[in-house]
Amino acid sequence: MTTYQTALGALGDPTRRAIVEVLAGGPRAVGELARDLPVSRPAVSQHLKVLKDAELVIDRRAGTRRVYQLDPAGIGELRAWLDRFWTDALDAYRAAVEQPEEH
Amino acid sequence: MPSIDTSATIRKTITVDAPRERAFEVFTAGHGKWWPAQYHIGTSEFETAVIEPGEGGRWYERGADGTECNWGRVLVWDPPDRLVLAWQISAAWQFDAELVTEVEVRFVAESPQRTRVELEHRHLDRYREQADAMRSTFDAPQGWSGILEQYAAATRS
Repeated sequence: MTTYQTALGALGDPTRRAIVEVLAGGPRAVGELARDLPVSRPAVSQHLKVLKDAELVIDRRAGTRRVYQLDPAGIGELRAWLDRFWTDALDAYRAAVEQPEEH
Repeated sequence: MPSIDTSATIRKTITVDAPRERAFEVFTAGHGKWWPAQYHIGTSEFETAVIEPGEGGRWYERGADGTECNWGRVLVWDPPDRLVLAWQISAAWQFDAELVTEVEVRFVAESPQRTRVELEHRHLDRYREQADAMRSTFDAPQGWSGILEQYAAATRS
């Protein structure tokens, strides 16, 4: 249960959601994330720590760099996926409801 | 931070320019018209998604080749107020009768022509329980480790 509370809190921040979305495309080093997002490198590191504590991401050392990726064993990834999924689905639903009625 | 009872729960709210009756109708009878086609678990190309009306109704997708793939079922059917669906899709993207997470959809009138749709996907902790249950199955003496020990013993004899 703690994991879900943590994961939910972790994804309540738009920058952290953006990081998770970037990482859904594949592993990235901290510097790469800082380059692709409008946040400083120290800020990215802070966000990554929160995501790691929430079991959403894992990290490994690659030479001098630290590379982050979504935690394949973490339920957090599934949860993040579902969160994005329902946003997409409800947007599509609204478009359908607001279409002129067929007669 | 959300309050404590939001653990294991995803909440989404959207407001639509339509009366509640139409909002409910499009969500259910019109399900296949709006469901994003890229979100499906069947192996065949997605054709439509169906929520059968009434408690106990099936919730499933139909592929282009006619095969049907269950997603869950209707737990509460209370038009135009409320709908509760069982989402029984495992983390491995397969229907799992043992897994029941719930999707509740409430249709709240903000005005006669405007409806707030509140969606709650809850009991996601059951994914964790399921993962733990699977792990303990594999770890049990009669599970994989036991089978491998027997195999190892057999190779020694």
